[in-house]
Amino acid sequence: MEGAWEIAFVLFQVWLSIVVGLIVLPAMFGVSLGFTDIYIKVLVKTLEWATLRIQRGQKEQPTLPSQSANGIIEKDDGSMEEEIGELRRSHPKNLAGGDFTMCDAFYFCKKGIENIVEDQVTQRFTSEELASWNLLTRTNNNFRYISVRLTIIWGLGVFIRYCILLPLRITLAVIGLSWLVIGTTLVGLLPSCNAKNWLSDLVHITCYRICARGLSATIRYHNKENRPKKGGICVANHTSPIDIVILANDGCYAMVGQVHGGLMGVIQRSIVRSCPHVWFERSEMKDRHAVAKRLKDHIADKTKLPILIFPEGTCINNTSVMMFKKGSFEIGGTIYPVAIKYDPQFGDAFWNSAKYNMVSYLLRMMTSWAIVCNVWYLPPMTRQDGEDAVQFANRVKSAIAHQGGLVDLSWDGGLKREKVKESFKEEQQKMYSSMIVGSDFHEASVGPA
Amino acid sequence: MGSRASSLLREEDIEEIKKQTGFSHSQITRLYSRFHSLDKGENGALSREDFQRIPELAINPLGDRIINAFFPEGEDQVNFRGFMRTLAHFRPVEDNEKNKDPTSGEPLNSRTNKLFFAFQLYDLDRDDKISRDELLQVLEKVDVEQKMSIRFLH
Repeated sequence: MEGAWEIAFVLFQVWLSIVVGLIVLPAMFGVSLGFTDIYIKVLVKTLEWATLRIQRGQKEQPTLPSQSANGIIEKDDGSMEEEIGELRRSHPKNLAGGDFTMCDAFYFCKKGIENIVEDQVTQRFTSEELASWNLLTRTNNNFRYISVRLTIIWGLGVFIRYCILLPLRITLAVIGLSWLVIGTTLVGLLPSCNAKNWLSDLVHITCYRICARGLSATIRYHNKENRPKKGGICVANHTSPIDIVILANDGCYAMVGQVHGGLMGVIQRSIVRSCPHVWFERSEMKDRHAVAKRLKDHIADKTKLPILIFPEGTCINNTSVMMFKKGSFEIGGTIYPVAIKYDPQFGDAFWNSAKYNMVSYLLRMMTSWAIVCNVWYLPPMTRQDGEDAVQFANRVKSAIAHQGGLVDLSWDGGLKREKVKESFKEEQQKMYSSMIVGSDFHEASVGPA
Repeated sequence: MGSRASSLLREEDIEEIKKQTGFSHSQITRLYSRFHSLDKGENGALSREDFQRIPELAINPLGDRIINAFFPEGEDQVNFRGFMRTLAHFRPVEDNEKNKDPTSGEPLNSRTNKLFFAFQLYDLDRDDKISRDELLQVLEKVDVEQKMSIRFLH
């Protein structure tokens, strides 16, 4: 009996030293041994083969639905005025003066039904649909048995992901997070000096690098010359908590967020000892002025790290960028926009917080093939004269959406949980009524002097 | 998109809906996925709140009336069959259908049925009465087949 335990212990030590030697240490020094690259290459080849095989299978069995990334239905892109104008062209009465007619209803009716079949907002809160199956059970919408080989490859994939990669990744995550807590606590003991800052940065970056290996993350950074500088605010689109790991692999940031309990709280309390982050109590979050003041004070101090903020306020599925909350854009200072785009073929990074809690989400991440993403640093932006915070926020949002190839939406990410405000409905009504009443009203108000 | 969604829809059901509405097999499975994703309560039926959760529909001035059109008289839940029946009104009219067997009854997406759907939006008390003359005069000239049809991409 004792012999078995000893053997297990020895095996465990061997395992640990392999992991540390081949993965952790190179990661800490930013060196890549090339394992991940080979893995990704093999994966790409396999997925290409699988795609062809599935397409062949679809031709043979026409009942298999094909998946389209362009949406389900054709939509007219005209504005309300254009579309209703077209409807009225065939009206027997001349409607130059503006009037209500029954055929206007067709426009609203068709728009309504189109939105019931496919709308722009609700689809952003669930995972993106893939153009072709990537051999993960979870993305399999309509699995029909296609071929023996495909099923074998899928089975092999399950074994590799759950029995080989998962234990490896969990080990790395545990090492990474423990090192973060221990390292930052140790650095926190030092008095304030340059060495302390340098060590703090070192600890943070090495830890995030280990965590990135723990997700088999392949990250490509573009335009590194635009990297956020101290005293600035870094703004990015939000897809998941992993965004932080992705960005922090290439720079050090001051985090902003709510104080949590549990493991998250432990991490928060320890990293704030080595360098200033901005943690808010729940009650403080409600007071917008207090929040703004703390952020302003932080960026005023040019020795402090740039703040990392996700203005969407919630996780979106990486197909679009939703409304940026204006709070971060009212503070002043230089905004450094960053666009993050994940490649969904290798793993779905989106955190659907309604469906999965943090632990199940992390397990899903660790049992995906890999996380592959592109990060673009955009040139810094500042608020211009005559531009208010909302317009500035929209300008930054458009830049990020354009760079990342994402759809630029004005809808609020908060619609994930809340109903749309009445005022939006009133705006639509106002728009329509101005079409009907508009010119008459104008004539009436001009009148004789 | 639920990965189990389409497995809850049986082949017999799909065939029946195909016959009744004229949608293709892949269109039906697609719409079932959509139905399933709107059904937050996961009870196989949609309530008015489920529709209201679509923001672009909630701000539509006719939104409430469109939603009402899905629910039969006095009911608060619509199942997938009912959902498809209503959507079938918006299927484009295909030329080859005009020569079909006349005894099989008028298809749901005929011009008359499309007009009737639009009419229902005005007829709030469901007594089948609005000013008929105006309606006929106006709608005579409108290309109803095009303006009340939704085209699928595949």
